[in-house]
Amino acid sequence: MSAVTAPAPGKQAGKPVVSDRARAETRLGQRLVAPAIVLMLLVTAFPMLRALYLSTFDYALTAPDDRDFVGLSNYLTALTDGLFWRTTLITVLYMVVTVAIELVIGFAFAMVMHRVIFARGVIRTSILIPYGIITVVSGFAWQFAFSFQNGFINGWLPFVGDDFNWFGQTGSAVTAIMVSEIWKTTPFMSLLLLAGLAQVSEDMIEAAKVDGATWTQRLVKVILPNMRAAIMVAVLFRALDAYRIFDNIFVMTAGAVKTESISFLTYRQTIEQFQLGMGSALSVLLFLSVLVVAFLIVKLFRVDLAQARQES
Amino acid sequence: MAVAAVAALAAGGLSACGSSGKPTLNWYVNPDGVDTFKKYAKECSTDDYDLEVQELPNSATDQRTQLARRLAAKDSSTDLMNLDPVFVAEFANAGWLQEVEGDLADTIMSSVEGDGDYLSGAAETVTWDDKVYAIPLWANTQVLWYRKSLAQAAGLDMTQPVTWDQVIQAAADNDGTVGVQANKYEAYVVWINALVQGAGGSLVSDTEAGRDAKVEIDSDAGRKAAEVIQELADSRAAQPDLTVSNEGTSLGQMFPATGAGEFMVNWTFVYKNYEGQVGSGLTEDQFADLGWARYPATVEGEPSKPPVGGIDIGVGAYSKHPDWAMEAARCITSEQAQVDLALDNGLMPSTNAAYDKVAASGDYPADLIELFRTSVDDGGPRPKSAFYAMISGAIQARWHSPTSVDPDTTPEDSAKYLADVLEGKSLL
Repeated sequence: MSAVTAPAPGKQAGKPVVSDRARAETRLGQRLVAPAIVLMLLVTAFPMLRALYLSTFDYALTAPDDRDFVGLSNYLTALTDGLFWRTTLITVLYMVVTVAIELVIGFAFAMVMHRVIFARGVIRTSILIPYGIITVVSGFAWQFAFSFQNGFINGWLPFVGDDFNWFGQTGSAVTAIMVSEIWKTTPFMSLLLLAGLAQVSEDMIEAAKVDGATWTQRLVKVILPNMRAAIMVAVLFRALDAYRIFDNIFVMTAGAVKTESISFLTYRQTIEQFQLGMGSALSVLLFLSVLVVAFLIVKLFRVDLAQARQES
Repeated sequence: MAVAAVAALAAGGLSACGSSGKPTLNWYVNPDGVDTFKKYAKECSTDDYDLEVQELPNSATDQRTQLARRLAAKDSSTDLMNLDPVFVAEFANAGWLQEVEGDLADTIMSSVEGDGDYLSGAAETVTWDDKVYAIPLWANTQVLWYRKSLAQAAGLDMTQPVTWDQVIQAAADNDGTVGVQANKYEAYVVWINALVQGAGGSLVSDTEAGRDAKVEIDSDAGRKAAEVIQELADSRAAQPDLTVSNEGTSLGQMFPATGAGEFMVNWTFVYKNYEGQVGSGLTEDQFADLGWARYPATVEGEPSKPPVGGIDIGVGAYSKHPDWAMEAARCITSEQAQVDLALDNGLMPSTNAAYDKVAASGDYPADLIELFRTSVDDGGPRPKSAFYAMISGAIQARWHSPTSVDPDTTPEDSAKYLADVLEGKSLL
């Protein structure tokens, strides 16, 4: 027995012995994946470094001779410009409102998909259809729907005049863009929540029922806490997605009446104005702000999870 | 099996772009008059090369973006391209266009002074830095289209130049509307530019200085332009979709189910558009009620400056066959091609000789043809600058929406903003 408990002293102190064959195999493995790693670095790191480099120039594609090194001045211009903050604010508004509404409707859809007994396939498919539609197409569809000339929305809403132009002012145009975004991506949200819902143990719900918990109590005290991870993933994915909102705006207002998001501003600098320097600076700022949003959401949910652990 | 299929595909792909056959020159065209372009692509192909038509997107902005992306990447397959006149300066300054040389360049240069065969308004659009970078194909211009019955009801004498003020009043008092292009896009700048020039001013001057161009919109002319826009926006004559209106939206207001119709500033295609609807949606009488007059004046007594548009043909700087491409460009801008475009597609010629032939064909009313021709010649081009996109964008940013335009603040605001944008001090 004692021989088993005391390991050989030599083996514990020294390095593990690796045979020549194993070493050669490791080297071969490294050599085999090296091209893929180099390619990955080229594909992902090169554009980022290039954007960083370009962002230090005042450089318009149509005036290649007038390229000047300006250091961080593009960042300074962007960060001190009211337009940058206005677009950031409107982007945050798009994100918060659409994600909040999608979370509620998406959860309801997930419940329906989870509990439905008859025609399960048909119901699930029809809930998911909007997500299969290209965002640009959904943008056009909703643009037509909101049009006062050939749309149906004005006819449906009793408090809106028949010739009300939804894309004429910021509030209504933003609402129309949000509706199209919510319609398009709620199914994605409900799909993620459905996965979470499926993980909630039926036994726990059953036990709560036996204890006399009402439907609301079961939802708030049993189902939702157990879905926290799924909800976090859903909110994180959708929030990052919504922060990059572009297509609907591009199609429905082309950024008019102050509906443009930060992605749209970046697009306009780079692609429409050919201002590569400022466009790159904005894309770097966009990248950083996406990181901040992701960090905040993860942080927010982590705090909640920690609290949940203390309670239990 | 799969490997064999991939190999076969690769082999097929390689042979398709091999050097054995005749080279194909790509001609990027905007989607107006594509049938005629296809016809001329065939006619202008030779034993040395074939011409192939490639369609660009609908809007001028998207056309520019697509061409610029190709040219910025030094694409050798962009041989010929249809360019909106405002893009010529930008593209030439970027080094993306072959210079046009020889007698054709001389003709175009002397046409700018009014001595050549090209309409001076059209010739003006293809020069940059005293050189010629494209060949005018068709020259577009805007005129005032209106319902004769509406003008009559308002007691307007349309044989005399009318002002914006008169047109707006006439429409408002007689249940009519005024159609313009006021969405947040390039055509809105076309309107603003015409209004400012009509009052004797300009958006910017000294544009060859690039970023140091002189911003001139904060002027009496700029304020006059703002007054017109404000007057229309506040008037009953404004169409409900004023803030998002474009060339197409106001077409439907000319012969509405109820109401007196409209006065509309729009390009030359309008005549053929309504003529084509006679019998299906329009009656002969309605069509006979369609009138046309010179672009409205901003200030009474001062001649208006109708917008100049159209298409110029440029040859890509990175083309593998620049000489052939230039030869093809001359062929597709021939007099006959211009006549065909006018008769088949309503796109008006850029040379006097072609205009004479179109007038002689009897396809258009003689006075309309003459109106188009004088409008191009007396027209006001938009600023020619390598930074035109910035100028246009900055103006749009401050002048849109039309309902927010205020003569006391908008011209001043936009001048400051435009100067900042050009200097790189402000975001656009």
